[in-house]
Amino acid sequence: MLDFGDKGALWNRPAGRSFDFGWQVFRTGESSIAAFILRRVALSLVTLVLLSLMVFFGGQVLPGNVGRAILGPFAEESAVQALNHSLGLDRPYLVQYWDWISNFVQGDMGTSYVFRSPVAPFVLDALVNSLKLAAVAFIIVVPIGILGGVVAALNVNRPLDRIISLSGLTATVLPEFVTGIVLILIFGIWLKWLPIAAAWPEGAGFWVQLYHLILPSMPLFLVLFGYIARMARAGMIEALESDYTRTAVLKGLPWHTVIRRHVLRNALTPTITVIATQAGYLIGGLVVVETLFRYQGIGSLIFTAARGKDFPVLEAGILIIGIVFATATLIADITYSLLNPRIRLGAER
Amino acid sequence: MTDALVLDHLDVAYHARGRDRAVLRDVSFRIGEGEAYGLVGESGCGKSTAALAAVRYLPRNGSVTGGRIAIAGEDVTTLGRDALRRLRARTVSMVYQDPGKALNPTLRVGRQIAEIFELAGASAGDARARASGMLKRVRISDPARVMQRYAHELSGGMQQRVAIAMALAKDPALLILDEPTTGLDATVEAEVLDLIAELRREFRTSILFISHNLAVVAKMCDRVGVLYAGMLVEEGPTQALFRDPRHPYTVALLRCLPRAGEHKGQNRLDTIPGSLPLPGAIITGCPFAERCALADDCCRRELPALIDLAGRFSRCHYHTRAGELPRQTPAEVRSLAHRTAPEPVLRIDNLNKTFRSRDHNLRAVADLSLTIEVGETLGLVGESGSGKTTFAKLLLGLLPPDAGGSISFDARTLPPLLDERTDEEVKAMQIVFQNPDSALNRAHSIRHVIGRALKQLAGLSGEALKARLRDLIRSVKLSERHLSAKPRQLSGGLKQRVAIARAFAGEPRLVVCDEPTSALDVSVQAAILNLLADLQAEKQVSYVFISHDLGVVRYLADKIAVLYLGRIMELGSSGRVFSGPHHPYTEALLSAVPKLDGASRARIKLEGEIPSASNPPSGCVFHTRCPRKLGPICETQEPPLAEAEPGHALRCHIPLANLAKLQGISMHQHSETVVLPTRHGRP
Repeated sequence: MLDFGDKGALWNRPAGRSFDFGWQVFRTGESSIAAFILRRVALSLVTLVLLSLMVFFGGQVLPGNVGRAILGPFAEESAVQALNHSLGLDRPYLVQYWDWISNFVQGDMGTSYVFRSPVAPFVLDALVNSLKLAAVAFIIVVPIGILGGVVAALNVNRPLDRIISLSGLTATVLPEFVTGIVLILIFGIWLKWLPIAAAWPEGAGFWVQLYHLILPSMPLFLVLFGYIARMARAGMIEALESDYTRTAVLKGLPWHTVIRRHVLRNALTPTITVIATQAGYLIGGLVVVETLFRYQGIGSLIFTAARGKDFPVLEAGILIIGIVFATATLIADITYSLLNPRIRLGAER
Repeated sequence: MTDALVLDHLDVAYHARGRDRAVLRDVSFRIGEGEAYGLVGESGCGKSTAALAAVRYLPRNGSVTGGRIAIAGEDVTTLGRDALRRLRARTVSMVYQDPGKALNPTLRVGRQIAEIFELAGASAGDARARASGMLKRVRISDPARVMQRYAHELSGGMQQRVAIAMALAKDPALLILDEPTTGLDATVEAEVLDLIAELRREFRTSILFISHNLAVVAKMCDRVGVLYAGMLVEEGPTQALFRDPRHPYTVALLRCLPRAGEHKGQNRLDTIPGSLPLPGAIITGCPFAERCALADDCCRRELPALIDLAGRFSRCHYHTRAGELPRQTPAEVRSLAHRTAPEPVLRIDNLNKTFRSRDHNLRAVADLSLTIEVGETLGLVGESGSGKTTFAKLLLGLLPPDAGGSISFDARTLPPLLDERTDEEVKAMQIVFQNPDSALNRAHSIRHVIGRALKQLAGLSGEALKARLRDLIRSVKLSERHLSAKPRQLSGGLKQRVAIARAFAGEPRLVVCDEPTSALDVSVQAAILNLLADLQAEKQVSYVFISHDLGVVRYLADKIAVLYLGRIMELGSSGRVFSGPHHPYTEALLSAVPKLDGASRARIKLEGEIPSASNPPSGCVFHTRCPRKLGPICETQEPPLAEAEPGHALRCHIPLANLAKLQGISMHQHSETVVLPTRHGRP
């Protein structure tokens, strides 16, 4: 064995993943950014196919007989078998999968075992609700989180930085059901400022909906704030210590111009990427909050479906979340490549 | 007339682990109007701190603890925020190492220059026009195109031109250059230095020039100050200071550099024992006393004042005797019986490496053939992108070569890839990297690092391993107390010794040294070069020595291969290649190296940038930049690497005798071997 013993890394230039990506694009002289996007889209599709396979087969081997579960313990065995047959559950798994996925792609997500009606409207309504909740949380947390990180970085190691970093960290590690209950107690029950149930009255307008969503979005805010602030702070500190910032300061530019023109963009590029990825996580992570606030979102829908062995709903719900997640990640990567000329122009060559 | 920069009894300290640690102590010097002042010294002596203090950009934990700094008459230390900003906007500029990082990666170059003019009150359109004009002044021929670029799309030399354009845009009274050419290729460095010298005359700017490279400072500066442990130990006019240094530290520094013609076969380089005092160390006597062979009790007790010697200064009690400083390393070479081997240790025939990708092929190494004898050093010279590192990787089996070529080791054909080589073959060829920091695992002790190499390469264990470990440590001049240390506790030089010990663990026949001293200070470099030379004399090991420093290569190499775009342009004994006649490319490389005597010789300028290896020029690959191009034949026909005289081959259409005439070299210098060159193009 050749002993580089401790892996002398002369040939391996230190490079982050994103940089690698760009370099590859640059090196192979890929003709345009379109090729880059195309490749990423293809990758996302592969991910989704794998996910659908896992969801489907995982769902089928979940313990329990669907016909029995629907008809109850006292039904005739022949009736159970007849129901299973009519639902197509006695066919080979691969046939069932193909049937399911090809219908899914065409917008037919199957029929709910429990409600005996098409799955699609349920899932899509729930998705829209979840997206509303996530959007409210996002619109609040992104600017505040970035601002917190930037302010912390500009006051690095001073009390203000310590306060922001520490409170962000604390909020992140507290589970949503703890912060949720505390928030309900304070704002919903003692102060009575905000409604404790997220569901708004039928036909409510935009502002009423927003009013109902503020409290449920708070636990999400608390989870994400520390994360975003920490990313933004790290990016800012790195940019502030960089040589190009020194160049800008020594040009004699006013401090606010240095920050605005030279520091912010470089500092926040990685943060923005991470935020976009978090959007996917957020949709998938709503179960607790939606249950706690009795909100008809996709999280609570999946939870209910799992308990009722309502596989078509469960599978469709998880796959939808997968699609949202994959799209968010895709957007994150594209945003990053657009913000970073190293990648963008390399690709144009 | 006010001085451009005055440092008046300046003290700077960094606050670390609970107390202030002095990094600059009582430093005073002045730079007159239009003067270029060089600040030299090894890393950690406080050069950059002085520059950063002058523009008040010390790190957060650094502060001026005493003294005064004035730029063009304004006291920098007491300026308010806005006044400081105005000073930076109008009076002082700074250019530093690594221009790629100094430019903002997300803003176009034009924008970054234009904002300086906007700051001075120009309209957006006017600022752009003036930015373009500024790029012209730094000899960028196509400013409009460069303005549209991002920094990473420009070569290192272009980036530094842009940085210089930005610095000069405000027409500053003082320009601070902190290692402006470190990390650039030799020919690019020479261009940037020439540019700075020209612009200095045009703008009549005063310059503070900081460099670890004494020859660069000698070329660029009127006066020089030598810093040691944060103190100015000597100052004087450049010529006088380098010709007749009056401080033992300056004397010792100059002796560490291999002088032209010095060779490992004749003598060893002098070294400076010990190491620099740590920042914040309490220094009672002369800071250099610990390492100085002239020092006596008086030196250890009493800090010498900066003594005025009619126009120059020395901080030494015995400045008149500085030149008599005894050598610290004996010059003589322990000569061991040279065993002659009939077969070369390494024979490479027609080695090629092409990196293929979808739409183009990059030929990194082309038709490379050479031999290395037992106990011989092959120096590999060439600018970045010339294929030096690819060649090393091919040798070590880290990359598969193209089919057709062969590498034979001890007359046996070597499998191309590492995995296919036997343990014996792997053991016989080892490498020492440029950066020992990344080559050593920081989690392991030195004992572990070397012990593991002994176990793996030499197959030793138990007592035998311990005994061999002690021998090995002694042979690289480390002591046993270093064994339990972790890499981070050792200095760069000591770490490189560990890396060398590791490479020698399996008694290799050939060691590839990839820029092993380029990250080290000159005093440490001298010690490592001596060590490599001693190990070679003792063990008859062969080296492939890759370096951009021609002085170092000249000292250590027996044979030189000059690479350009993956091809050997010149191959011959070290003496022949350096004395000439040279290949035009070698000639340009040699003329790019600044000399310590500061004498400016006619430099052979190369036009344009190094072409891309994926699209090399037709004919002779060097013809696009060759100052001695013959004519169309150079563009159409690639000359073969042909032996022009015994042991000296060139890849050039010009006959050797004509090259000699062009280069003003008399051929009868080595008339005993001159064979009239006969040269044919490829059939």
